[in-house]
Amino acid sequence: MHGKAPLILTNIDSVPGQHIVQHYGLVQGSTIRAKHFGRDFAAGLKNIVGGELKGYTELLQESRAEATSRMVAQASELGANAVINVRFTTSSVAQGASEILAYGTAVLIE
Amino acid sequence: MGSVELWITLGIPVILILVGRFVGASVERNHYRSIIEREAQFRARPAVSTKHLDAPCPIQSASLAVGSVVVSVDHFKRFLSGFRMIFGGEIRSYSSLIDRARREAVLRMKESQPGADAFLNTRIETSTISSTTGNEGMGTIEALAYGTAVHYDRGP
Repeated sequence: MHGKAPLILTNIDSVPGQHIVQHYGLVQGSTIRAKHFGRDFAAGLKNIVGGELKGYTELLQESRAEATSRMVAQASELGANAVINVRFTTSSVAQGASEILAYGTAVLIE
Repeated sequence: MGSVELWITLGIPVILILVGRFVGASVERNHYRSIIEREAQFRARPAVSTKHLDAPCPIQSASLAVGSVVVSVDHFKRFLSGFRMIFGGEIRSYSSLIDRARREAVLRMKESQPGADAFLNTRIETSTISSTTGNEGMGTIEALAYGTAVHYDRGP
């Protein structure tokens, strides 16, 4: 994502056109975000007509990007240059807060 | 005095339901129109749920593509579903909402990688977002679609 050569992320068990030379095991990144009041209020108004709640969409996208970059940081620390089989999960830990987790297998490809 | 209060307590939910019935329904119609249009645009670049694809050309590069959307139900749908809970059966007003959300998420995933030729191992996940006020049950959901975007190597 940032740094020197960008790490390749895929959610299949290989990187097409490349060979995996070494496995580093599981890497993960997670973040727990709470909705803030302003967004909640705007969403409450939008709730009347239904449809997309853009504020929440952005909020979750930001947190997912954060979780992914933490996973990527862990992978590059290990010396990997790709993360394969990436999965995302979301769980609500408390009212108004949700956890976003990204995990995958760090590998070295050639 | 008492009758004014009665009108307010009865009137507000009725207005909210009517707003949902008309505004919510027109939002849904427009959204479906845009989904069908954009799906036609992306038909040549399929999202598949398999991990391997018999590609016509060798694959040049791969990267992760993600798309998501958060939607909520309007008051009219919530009202309808209340009736459904009495008799049971499919709550059609909710299934159309979730269907819209999933298709929108897949489209956003495709739009995030405009140059990709195919999307392998596409996963769709849905999660409910709990509200701070503690109202449980269906209200706000997130649909997330992600997959591996691949570019074909078409030669020089």
